[in-house]
Amino acid sequence: MNQHVEQKTDQEFALELVGLKKSFGHVEVLKDINLGVKPGETVCIIGPSGSGKSTVLRCMNRLEEASGGIVKLRGEDVSSGNVDRLRQRVGMVFQHFNLFPHKSVLDNIVLPLRQVRKMSRAAAEKLALDRLGEVGLRERADAQPASLSGGQKQRVAIARALAMEPEVMLFDEATSALDPELVKGVLSLMASLAKSGMTMVVVTHEMGFARNVADRVVFMDKGYVVEEGTPEEIFDHPKTHRLRTFLDQVL
Amino acid sequence: MNDFFNSFFNPEYLGQALPSILAYGLWNTLLLALISTAIGVVIGLLLAVLGVSRNRFLRLISRVYTDVLRGLPAILTILLVGLSLASPLRGLTGGNPYFLAILALSLIAGAYIGEIFRAGILAIDKGQMEASRALGMSYGASMRLVVVPQAARQVLPSLVNQFISIVKDTSLVYILGLMTTQRDLFRVGQDTAVQTGNLSPLVLAGVFYLVITVPLTHLVNYIDHRLRTGKPAKKIVDPEQDLRTSAVDLNAEERAS
Repeated sequence: MNQHVEQKTDQEFALELVGLKKSFGHVEVLKDINLGVKPGETVCIIGPSGSGKSTVLRCMNRLEEASGGIVKLRGEDVSSGNVDRLRQRVGMVFQHFNLFPHKSVLDNIVLPLRQVRKMSRAAAEKLALDRLGEVGLRERADAQPASLSGGQKQRVAIARALAMEPEVMLFDEATSALDPELVKGVLSLMASLAKSGMTMVVVTHEMGFARNVADRVVFMDKGYVVEEGTPEEIFDHPKTHRLRTFLDQVL
Repeated sequence: MNDFFNSFFNPEYLGQALPSILAYGLWNTLLLALISTAIGVVIGLLLAVLGVSRNRFLRLISRVYTDVLRGLPAILTILLVGLSLASPLRGLTGGNPYFLAILALSLIAGAYIGEIFRAGILAIDKGQMEASRALGMSYGASMRLVVVPQAARQVLPSLVNQFISIVKDTSLVYILGLMTTQRDLFRVGQDTAVQTGNLSPLVLAGVFYLVITVPLTHLVNYIDHRLRTGKPAKKIVDPEQDLRTSAVDLNAEERAS
């Protein structure tokens, strides 16, 4: 959208979390998360498992309802109110793709277009085919999801989310369930999406992707944002002991 | 040996029972079973959706209904429904117990089928609901277009099993005192057995029950096997074709608009 025109300070961020808290029962998994994502920016969230990074992501589109704090989209508080409207503006890609197995590849994309964007079948199919073309799977439009490789499934899932024309895309460990040889294709698709100016929040274990594609990297541990900065700051000049320990383990 | 054949397979008495069995006994059993299964599916779907609702009160309604109707002997429910609703529903039924029999069987079937559907819905990976919701679809649309169509495939074997059960339960409606041509297989067999003082008519009724139920039992095994082993790409067999059609039906209104 017209992201470069926005000047007002409270609309500086495409997506912003203010004092976000989340508890599951008595376990507090997010403790005071403050995070802003500027329009067109790609932010990678890294950290050990159990650090709360997926939960942060899931709070952004309210798949998890935060226990406290605010989620803002372009300065607008969306923490309460119509959750379906929020989700039209925020796309999400899951670790396990979650394609609808009873629908063809094309119908996976057509269904939400018809339901949510109320498009005609013809218009929805045209848009779906265009999006499939962009992820290189136009010829597989009539295939059943079960016949696709993991990498192809994830590309369809990305096309499905993009077809909704979201303002922000969330990626929840989008390559963690893929066979190693299929990871690269999905990552390069995500990289080109980032380059095209999409606002993205990416929870990932792929440090190479975070280093090369992210504008900013956020390191989380035990429910806190411990450090954030440019990839150089995070990977080459870690300030905290916790981040250094983490990087030693994963690199 | 001769006595044995005379008691169970006496040709004369078999022949005496056969015309009424073919004229209405078999027909009534099938009609009672099919209609109450169809209504039971509707009730069951409603109960299942209530049963997985986030609203505690709706879940409670579904729970109580299911527990009561599954917990009572079918014959008690049939008698209770038949006798208690006979006069209040006289305007609708015209005093015909046949409708009350269908109603009672449907109410019972709904409770069992509801449990089958509920289990089917819960067996669908929760990522399906999440993905659908994350795309901006409402809970209702996600249920109707994403979760339920997938659950419908999974539950088909259990549903056919339930139909077999219902076929057998139709034999209990005799207790409502149906008119001659409304009588089901069991009652026709029993009537003729009493008239002739011979068990052969009941044996014949039994054979007809088996003709209905045994092939269905094998169909269950077949579908079950297909669902577990997955479907080969080339050959499309009837049960799955039916499923595909029904899955499409659920989308029909969406397509039409």
